[in-house]
Amino acid sequence: MSLSESSTCIIIGASHGGVTAAFAVRKEGWQGDIVVIDSDPTLPYHRPPLSKAYLTSDDSNHSLSLKPAASYEKNNITLLLGKRVDSIKRENNSVILDNGEVLHYKKIIIATGARPFIPPIQGIAQAANVFCLRTHDDVEKIRSAFSTSDKKRVVIIGGGYIGLETAASLKKLGGHVTVLEREPKLLARVTSPEMSAYFQQLHTSNGVIINTSKNVQSIESLGTSNLVHCDDDSNYPADIIIVGVGVRVNQELAEQAGLAVDIGLIKGVVVNEQCQTNDANIYAIGDCAYHHNPYYDRWLRLESVQNAVDQGKVAAASLCDKPACYSAIPWFWSDQFDVKLQMVGLATGYDNFVIRKEIDDENKFSVWYFLQDRLLAVDAINHAKAYVLGTKCLKVNANINKEVLADNTVELSSDIMLT
Amino acid sequence: MAKVTFITSDNEEITLESDSGSVMELAVEHGIEGIDGDCGGVCSCATCHVHVAPEHQSKVGAASEIEQDMLELDDNANEFSRLCCQIEITDEIDGVILRVAG
Repeated sequence: MSLSESSTCIIIGASHGGVTAAFAVRKEGWQGDIVVIDSDPTLPYHRPPLSKAYLTSDDSNHSLSLKPAASYEKNNITLLLGKRVDSIKRENNSVILDNGEVLHYKKIIIATGARPFIPPIQGIAQAANVFCLRTHDDVEKIRSAFSTSDKKRVVIIGGGYIGLETAASLKKLGGHVTVLEREPKLLARVTSPEMSAYFQQLHTSNGVIINTSKNVQSIESLGTSNLVHCDDDSNYPADIIIVGVGVRVNQELAEQAGLAVDIGLIKGVVVNEQCQTNDANIYAIGDCAYHHNPYYDRWLRLESVQNAVDQGKVAAASLCDKPACYSAIPWFWSDQFDVKLQMVGLATGYDNFVIRKEIDDENKFSVWYFLQDRLLAVDAINHAKAYVLGTKCLKVNANINKEVLADNTVELSSDIMLT
Repeated sequence: MAKVTFITSDNEEITLESDSGSVMELAVEHGIEGIDGDCGGVCSCATCHVHVAPEHQSKVGAASEIEQDMLELDDNANEFSRLCCQIEITDEIDGVILRVAG
């Protein structure tokens, strides 16, 4: 077969985005081969439970798989797991794997995601039992180290969602958990001061020690345990250290292939509304895709299942010459202790908010973020109704009657929308 | 052990058997069209929506409050709607018929 005749769709990355895209490409009628490649050897799995239910579950057979192996076979999708793509050669439509194997493509979907950022903390490489939490393997290592640890003193560096979910899970398992956050508040980059305060209280009342404005400077290895030093001279003994301070985008493959990978400061593979890069045969989706969101009229990158799945479907349709356009309103969730947080929209840039507290349950409330009168986002705590209503309001760009919204003597309903 | 019958949007009837896990997990495990389970079964995404056959509603019980609220994301929701990640497979649901709503 000559190079130009390749009919293969290669998907690089087999997490939520890549796997969704693979099945969607087949469903949209792709006749050629579909090959999904990932360096992770595990059958593609759900990541969100890793820091939540999966970590606390004692049933290691609890299924995390996105799809059973048989589904890939049935849809004629080839999984190349445990293999890494070294480079994309656009000049002859091929990719080269780390074992030297060359695969030719007609289309590529880049779904390479992101990797945990390891901050340059002195001694971090030499310290015992330091883990990130991104992969199945990470969790198995954490679980194993935790179960064999006598004192179970856990220090979590970073008070973002991964750090807090892991804190809640390890606390549930009987750990002595301390979270060290560099910023003055938790979840500083991703949510409002109101929600930060709520989560700080939630963790503190459940026995997690939260220390903010703590800049970790070095980790001193004491054999099987460590001492974590902060730049204010405080220090914390740790048998296990979890690092959750954000990610770096896996965009190098695209960058080396000469694809556009940033607009200004934010990194990511630049894509249009069809998730197509500046090479019409190459798409990018999920955590690594830097895209324009029409609802907020902003370029951004999102780290979420919703974004990965929806972009995977858009890329698949577009690649099969079907009309598709990515315009989803982002949504997220987090589970910590017995609290369910659901978020819809992006609150960035809000200048006022309404807190809606329910009378019947003090642990049930929602925060509605506005830019002047325009609703931007809703965070709902144990309150799916508020989340769903917020989603509906955002979809139709509804004007909100803030007085009705704030009035908890009236049941929350679509009456908050001004006609 | 319970038998669960799914009816897809193409009116295909598929009967599966299991003794544990959720109905969503069973459906995904067997590639039932229209049951995605994107959130992994934590009632966060509403992509595992089914309509329970009216005569079997008592077998599977009613949706929880959170589940009822999430179902409102789907215009296709009705009194027989459930998110099947919230239906545990037990002997009680043996023989149930579920129509895929998504």
